Amino acid sequence: MKLLQERIKFSKFGESLIITTAIRIMVPFIQLFGLYVIVHGHYSPGGGFQGGVILGASFILIGLGYDFKTSITRMKEKTNNILGNLGALIFAGVGLLCALMGGLFLDYSALDKLIPLGPIEWRSFGIFLVEVGVGLAVMSIMVSLFWDLCSGGDLDEGL
Amino acid sequence: MKALAFIATLITGAILLYGTMDFPAWGDPQAPASVHLSPHYIEEAVAETHVPNIVTAVLGDYRGYDTMFETIVIYCAGLAVVSVLRRSRS
Repeated sequence: MKLLQERIKFSKFGESLIITTAIRIMVPFIQLFGLYVIVHGHYSPGGGFQGGVILGASFILIGLGYDFKTSITRMKEKTNNILGNLGALIFAGVGLLCALMGGLFLDYSALDKLIPLGPIEWRSFGIFLVEVGVGLAVMSIMVSLFWDLCSGGDLDEGL
Repeated sequence: MKALAFIATLITGAILLYGTMDFPAWGDPQAPASVHLSPHYIEEAVAETHVPNIVTAVLGDYRGYDTMFETIVIYCAGLAVVSVLRRSRS
């Protein structure tokens, strides 16, 4: 905490102390809420797309309130790209795994042969796996769109 | 060439509009979608998938293809922007 205060005091980033402090306090809760929206999609409005956008918006908020450098040091570009590819792969991979296990493509009840939870429970859990994949992909695409557009593509400095 | 493209667009649009005339009226209870598809989702979704939210059940399970290709579309959009804009410093 002290380190952060000193960094804010002596560095040039950020418009004002009020904005940076507010963002510093808000971002963890925004990310927690994004995870909640993804995980709680079974019981309330929400799901992968919405939660992914909220997660991505937290990084965009850091980029807007501090500066571009702070945003990209919180998550490396390589990590971001890996997460995005992983998200799309989770979705297609779960579908393919269902087909390999002897069901139809994206028929999650076939995964019952892999781990016996019961076919109906697997249909519920398969939706959850897929939503996690969607959330990862959407978050990474949002963040990388913002990074590339605001820095003009060289990811060096921007805004 | 532009006029030709415009005429082709107009003709395609007219055909599509003509095609919509055969659609059932909006909210028609006798439409095929309302007769056997929607009641099935509403009555059976919770029993078949154990997901209390029917929207999630339809989105993630019954229409998994749709959601998968929505994700692929977003992924391709991001890929296109990165491949157009991203350039390395060296």
